[in-house]
Amino acid sequence: MGRKSIQEMEEIRSQKRQELELRVNTKADTREKHILVCHGTGCTSSKSPKIIENFRKILEEKKIENVRVIQTGCFGLCAKGPIVIIRPEDTFYAQVKPEDCEEIIQTHIVEGKTVERLLCKDIDGTIVNRLDELNFYKKQKRIALKNCGVIDPENIDEYIAFDGYKALYQVLTTMSQDEVIEEISKSGLRGRGGAGFPTGKKWSFAKQNEADQKYVICNADEGDPGAFMDRSILEGDPHSVLEAMAIAGYSIGATQGYIYVRAEYPIAVQRLKVAIDQARDYGLLGKDILGTGFDFDIDIRLGAGAFVCGEETALLESIEGRRGQPRVKPPYPANKGLFGKPTIINNVETLANVTRIILNGAEWYASIGTEKSKGTKVFALGGNVNNVGLVEVPMGTTLREIVFDIGGGIPNGRKFKAAQTGGPSGGCIPAEHLDTPIDYESLTEIGSMMGSGGLIVMDETKCMVDIARFYLDFTVSESCGKCTPCRIGTKRMLEILERMCERKSRARRFKQIRKISQ
Amino acid sequence: MEEKMNCMDKKVREETKEILKKYPPEKDRLIGILNDVQEKYGYIPKQAQLTISEHLNIPMAEIYGVITFYSRFTLQPKGKYNISICLGTACFVKGSQSLLDRAKERLGIESGEVTPDGKFSIDEVRCVGACGLAPVFMVNEEVYGKATVKQLDEVIDKYQKEN
Repeated sequence: MGRKSIQEMEEIRSQKRQELELRVNTKADTREKHILVCHGTGCTSSKSPKIIENFRKILEEKKIENVRVIQTGCFGLCAKGPIVIIRPEDTFYAQVKPEDCEEIIQTHIVEGKTVERLLCKDIDGTIVNRLDELNFYKKQKRIALKNCGVIDPENIDEYIAFDGYKALYQVLTTMSQDEVIEEISKSGLRGRGGAGFPTGKKWSFAKQNEADQKYVICNADEGDPGAFMDRSILEGDPHSVLEAMAIAGYSIGATQGYIYVRAEYPIAVQRLKVAIDQARDYGLLGKDILGTGFDFDIDIRLGAGAFVCGEETALLESIEGRRGQPRVKPPYPANKGLFGKPTIINNVETLANVTRIILNGAEWYASIGTEKSKGTKVFALGGNVNNVGLVEVPMGTTLREIVFDIGGGIPNGRKFKAAQTGGPSGGCIPAEHLDTPIDYESLTEIGSMMGSGGLIVMDETKCMVDIARFYLDFTVSESCGKCTPCRIGTKRMLEILERMCERKSRARRFKQIRKISQ
Repeated sequence: MEEKMNCMDKKVREETKEILKKYPPEKDRLIGILNDVQEKYGYIPKQAQLTISEHLNIPMAEIYGVITFYSRFTLQPKGKYNISICLGTACFVKGSQSLLDRAKERLGIESGEVTPDGKFSIDEVRCVGACGLAPVFMVNEEVYGKATVKQLDEVIDKYQKEN
């Protein structure tokens, strides 16, 4: 172990890449087999660690060689978890139980036959052998989630094998700070945390400010209930976020980065810690990165369960060790942020796109998506939908495609009523807007917002007044108490809605709600 | 002051000092330290607050302000079995409210409270991230997915019988 030069990085890459060919190529010429088991939060909750342990134990008992058990990040289809995939043949077993391991090893590995009963049934009833045969995957385009479910997130060499840290040394050795910012601007990448501010512009503001110290912050305080995109990226591909932070640091002239992550995400925190240690060990973080003279290091700061800390200035307050109450803007963080120094704050998913843009070029990225919203967006699809899970689609995909083609429609033959996006401050999109192409502008136009990517589907049995009450209950309990409209206004609205739900209030009270919200 | 302390307080003080050794005495480390203390005790004892206050040179009032701001920090110990019911949107849409109502009814306490014997407590949590398994409740660290009221009843029965 220890520091690596660029040449050594290249050697690791080519050697490892060959070894891992079977992960991405079903025709790979190898005698090895890899059993990939999802070790994300969803599958972990349904005993995937036990499955990994059982596989390893059985392989050892049976003295089977050339088979490795790999823990990966989220494959996306959480509804069918725990998921086990065997490569190179890419056989996909769904809802595996720890006691199924013996049969999988005996039938699949030893006898070379498929365990039919564990194969997954698609919504239309067809049995599929491979993950990408599912309708769930056909309309997806994975950029931010490219490595999730492919690599072992706790093994830096596997990340390097799939072009990991290549963008970083490309930037450090061949590009000026302005060129990096220019490239990101040209790609059209916008903040994936919800507001959609152009990322390149944000970086250029921080670059222009002269200061002895600047900071790069990764906002991983994913507070929207029902949203788990950022967590899945951190669990499945933590190095892509670290690498992007280092690139951001180089472009604005910062030497220190912080990742502000929810303490409620123990697996993500653990993966980040492992990843940071490995990157430091290889000399990809710390002093004189890859011998280029550039210094950059990253520390983790834990949140403690406050929704408002996802707001960037509240987040700064929290990192500084105080109550997470937002600051008055301006000054914006790019001028005066953490500890009063110029700071950029980017969301996890935004950062996960950065390395791909550097490697594939801004034009490539800008060719995906709509006129004003480029690239893809990851959604956490949940609620009353068949395929609950993580999906990544090009901007401009319609809600109908996401809910019905990818999500497989509504269970129990019920009808679609609404889809909620944008978390507690977003809105519910009714059926009449199902064919709206999703991007930042179109969602705002129909009264919702992109938000961070939670997408909750509701069927016809759900009462919208009750949903409104639920969200207000959330905003009331999460209000930080600094500003009057939120502290008192949301409380008043909640009281009205509660009375309505108890049938003690009339519909004309809606007028009052409207008045308060204006 | 140390002489007047009982041995429980002394123990907390010593253990808090152990935690503090991991951190430089900088004010921005407060939340990290509180997270560690919360994890160790299941709440933040007063002696721990005092010790942190001295170490970081932050007034007790400010520490209290931070503790009460963040929902993860509590000033009371939780029950031996802390039942957390997820009220994230995905779980709510799938009916987690009925789980919460049932838990309150069975145990006779509100969320955030502990039963008089100290055995159970109820927490409302916002998304544990297992949306694929919604609705979800947890007993301490163990997750129960696709949960039903019947399943919650069985779990409560199991722990109630235990001495």
